[in-house]
Amino acid sequence: MSSSDPRDELVDHLPAMRAFAISLTRNAAIADDMVQDTLVKAWTKIDTFQPGTNLRAWLFTILRNTYYSNRRKAKREVSDIDGTFTETLSQKPDHDGRLQLTDFLKSFEELPDEQREALILVGAEGFSYEEAAQTCEVAVGTIKSRVNRGRARLAELMHLDDETAMELTDPATMAVVTSRVNGAMS
Amino acid sequence: MSKNEDSPNDDDVINQNLKRVYDDVAGQDIPDRFKDLLAQLKAQDSPAPHSSSEGDE
Repeated sequence: MSSSDPRDELVDHLPAMRAFAISLTRNAAIADDMVQDTLVKAWTKIDTFQPGTNLRAWLFTILRNTYYSNRRKAKREVSDIDGTFTETLSQKPDHDGRLQLTDFLKSFEELPDEQREALILVGAEGFSYEEAAQTCEVAVGTIKSRVNRGRARLAELMHLDDETAMELTDPATMAVVTSRVNGAMS
Repeated sequence: MSKNEDSPNDDDVINQNLKRVYDDVAGQDIPDRFKDLLAQLKAQDSPAPHSSSEGDE
């Protein structure tokens, strides 16, 4: 096994690290800086990684620790994040999906960091509750409750959108919304 | 497990959206800066013949 250096596998996890970083920071530039810091840390601390365990979870732990320690240092609460998540997408949502996805992201961005990361790890990355708990260094029950609260909040916001959807059929409103969305994406 | 096919439940919609966003970013090409960084780390790490680095294998 001495021939396989986990450092050679770091590159395979880069895309997922970027995706996770963006869901935490909601900003591509900050996310990539964080991924860079994480890579350097992972490289130099690779001997603390236990071969045979989940390398991605280990990398994500470093990544989120980087994020939370930066957040504490910076002390500034999330501001000016509107639309940044949408801008990180390479494939712009098609016309029908545009409002839905844009609204979803808006709601998602408003969730507390802890709920956002739990949802991403379990709902998108496909981690088990146990893996997510390990990554976030909390109890499994804590992850479950964060996921549940996050889902409940998103569902609530989605249904609020249903109620206002009718008003959006008005052409003037539609034009404003569409141009705003396009503007955010260009 | 009998789900109503016509109206996917909220969890399904939420998971679909989460995956869509996550997979989109994860599917993008890795910026060169990371490939450069990895190459740099690798180069830095290979010990020079004369220096007795404690970090070498």
